[in-house]
Amino acid sequence: MKTLRDVPVGKTAVVARLHGQGALKRRIMDMGLTKGTEVYVRKVAPLGDPVELTVRGYELSVRKSDAELIEVE
Amino acid sequence: MAIRMALAGNPNSGKTTLFNDLTGSNQYVGNWPGVTVEKKEGRLKGNHDVILQDLPGIYSLSPYTLEEVVAREYLVNEKPDAIINIVDATNIERNLYLTTQLAELGIPMVIALNMSDITRKNGDVIQLQKLGEALGCQVVETSALKGTGSQEAARKAAELARSRSAAEPPHVFAGSVEHAIAHIEDLITHRDGQEAEHHHHADGSVHAGSIVAPHLARWYAIKLFERDEKVAAELRLPQGIGKAIEETIRSCEQEMDDDAESIITNQRYAYINRLVSTCVRKGRPKGSLTTSDKIDRVVTNRWLALPIFVAVMFLVYYISWTTIGTLLTDFTNDTLIGAWIQAPATAWLTSIGTADWLVGLIGDGIIGGVGAVLGFVPQLLVLFILLGILEDVGYMARIAFIMDRVFRKFGLSGKSFIPMLIGTGCGVPGVMASRTIENERDRKMTIMTTTFIPCGAKMPIVGLIAGALFHNSAWVSTGAYFIGVAAIILSGILLKKTRPFSGEPAPFVMELPAYHAPSPKNVLHSMWERGWSFIRRAGTVILVSSIFIWFTSSYGWAPVQAPEDGGVAAAQTQETAFGAVEDMDDSMLGKIGSVAAPVFEPLGFGSWQSTVATVMGLVAKEEVVSVFGVLYGVVDDEGNDAAMALLEEGTSEEIEQGLSPIAAGFEKESNGHGKLAAFAFLIFNLLCAPCFAAMGAIKREMNSPKWTLFAIGYQCGFAYAVALIVYQLGLLLGGAGFGLGTAAAFVLLGVLVYLVVRPNRYDSRHLSSKAMGA
Repeated sequence: MKTLRDVPVGKTAVVARLHGQGALKRRIMDMGLTKGTEVYVRKVAPLGDPVELTVRGYELSVRKSDAELIEVE
Repeated sequence: MAIRMALAGNPNSGKTTLFNDLTGSNQYVGNWPGVTVEKKEGRLKGNHDVILQDLPGIYSLSPYTLEEVVAREYLVNEKPDAIINIVDATNIERNLYLTTQLAELGIPMVIALNMSDITRKNGDVIQLQKLGEALGCQVVETSALKGTGSQEAARKAAELARSRSAAEPPHVFAGSVEHAIAHIEDLITHRDGQEAEHHHHADGSVHAGSIVAPHLARWYAIKLFERDEKVAAELRLPQGIGKAIEETIRSCEQEMDDDAESIITNQRYAYINRLVSTCVRKGRPKGSLTTSDKIDRVVTNRWLALPIFVAVMFLVYYISWTTIGTLLTDFTNDTLIGAWIQAPATAWLTSIGTADWLVGLIGDGIIGGVGAVLGFVPQLLVLFILLGILEDVGYMARIAFIMDRVFRKFGLSGKSFIPMLIGTGCGVPGVMASRTIENERDRKMTIMTTTFIPCGAKMPIVGLIAGALFHNSAWVSTGAYFIGVAAIILSGILLKKTRPFSGEPAPFVMELPAYHAPSPKNVLHSMWERGWSFIRRAGTVILVSSIFIWFTSSYGWAPVQAPEDGGVAAAQTQETAFGAVEDMDDSMLGKIGSVAAPVFEPLGFGSWQSTVATVMGLVAKEEVVSVFGVLYGVVDDEGNDAAMALLEEGTSEEIEQGLSPIAAGFEKESNGHGKLAAFAFLIFNLLCAPCFAAMGAIKREMNSPKWTLFAIGYQCGFAYAVALIVYQLGLLLGGAGFGLGTAAAFVLLGVLVYLVVRPNRYDSRHLSSKAMGA
């Protein structure tokens, strides 16, 4: 299973499925990371975590451990 | 009757600016009942019949975050007459996501399409009419920053409110989902009249045969479809209906091959995609860089981010603590309050023949005590301006982005860095800076631990101990910072695993807003709001405690001097009488100190002097030094404390020489382990409850007496435990025998280690993985 965590900086991926549950999953979806959404991995924070994504035209920061919950195509 | 309108929108959408723009100075800031979420209300400028309720900035109406729950409970239960939904036009897709949810509430709504000046500059074309028709509301272009359009949006909303015309909510979902929702709507609106009487609506009315108010039917149906636990608990549906609803959801889930919550979210965004593709034409090609992107490429660059961060933090620190800040504080304390207010006021009171005790109360107690704290205010305001700028330009979110990795390890947020950094200067603004942390638990944790960092006023205590007993070794002050940081880390890990901090951890999925130039209006407004709330909320605590300490330290039972005229009979016998006292050991505080001193016996400093000094330290930490000076006779020719001046000006030999009575005091109390006892004293004073001003700030930010007491109780308990462990184990290592104190130290150490290393019972990931395994 390939997750958003595996997508290198500078590459774009498409969300296939969300894992996890409850508040975290809902929050990820609420922020626009839904099935079929294009996500551009913009950069990694200077200390290696979290990562910055471009989703739906804005910037979003997620921890790598949460990025693992986002399965991509 | 007044019209009530709610202002709802995403964080960073310009909501605060719009609110300030619409209400001006007619604002009331409070808190939502029972929670620490700030509640702002105001009357519309030029139309005082309209009350505007600012809702917390939210992305969704999910049941998971405090802000979202507060917002939706207000919208559902209080049913405002209209909603102004502010939508950031530069980030329209995600902003409309909330709009689709607000539209379901059956409340007339106007969309304020904000930052329209920026989209226009980018060459985007947005068809307002089409957008409004689709969403069932009116759309007004605004630029909150430039102040255009906001009045029109408010006027339209007021018109809608008067006509009470809520449009049909848009049908956002796919056929089968809409079908399921319609079915649930039927189930909760058409029922036998018998059971209906048990169900009262929030507005107090009972609609025969319906569980929910008709205008909320769609809202409730969608929430039930999402399996929203809060709504399910509120409605307490009869089993039959609950079952029917569950069946409806199941079959829909099977058909769509996804869970209901995801189906709803996905389809909302799918709807928005379609809507945006018909109503919005982007001016610039996808993937091209905006100015904000270019700034961000530099500011959070892998290599440059940390140096820039250090530079920014240095600048904040430098301006607020060394240059402008100190200048202002010195001026207010010494000149404004000391020379211009306190001295003339005391002189004037004396000249009109005011009783001595009243002069003392007003001059020393109230003006002195409150003045000591208010003296900070100008410096606070400088700091709040800097914080306001960091927030307004969008750098605050980047700080969290950069520092998250470090701080989350011990239950804090990346944004906790700012409060801690500021806390090295003064704990009061440090605690208040925690307000930029959205997550409630991270914020509370930050409030509780920020004052562990040695602030400027604690440094004289460090100097005193180092100078008197440690040959002024630099290791003592290095050690003080080390202890402070260690206390924060340990407390973070330890508290994270306790019940008050348990529960679903809030996910760190954070928007990094676009950079923009700071608006002076916004920055000044936030400065004023913070400064004023400090004066108002912390002021009472400081006033009351200053008076209390002044009274107990200057009054007591002193031996009555034989009056020369021999008139009073009581004076003949060597009796004592209550009154103002010269020496602090006669004061009530001195007496209380003697009684309470044994509490500190196991820590090695059980003398009444140390106890009184510690208590006086609550007024302001540097007081510890002056009180020690007075109590141990480190005084100048006039009998005033000389310890502070000595620390500031003396060479290290002079200091050691001058402070030798204090060193001797520690030696005596601890039977020759003076260094250890003094070190334990230092630890206790660094970690225990901060000064009253900081406690006031804690009270202000916690906004709950229970949490305030918990925070201060924890700090004192933690300080006591650490000081005891250090002193007793130090004794043991130094060759002293094993005693009761040693045993207590081992027990405390064991408890502390256990609390730090035990597994987190409340970790939801831990729990859910177990649940999945079962």
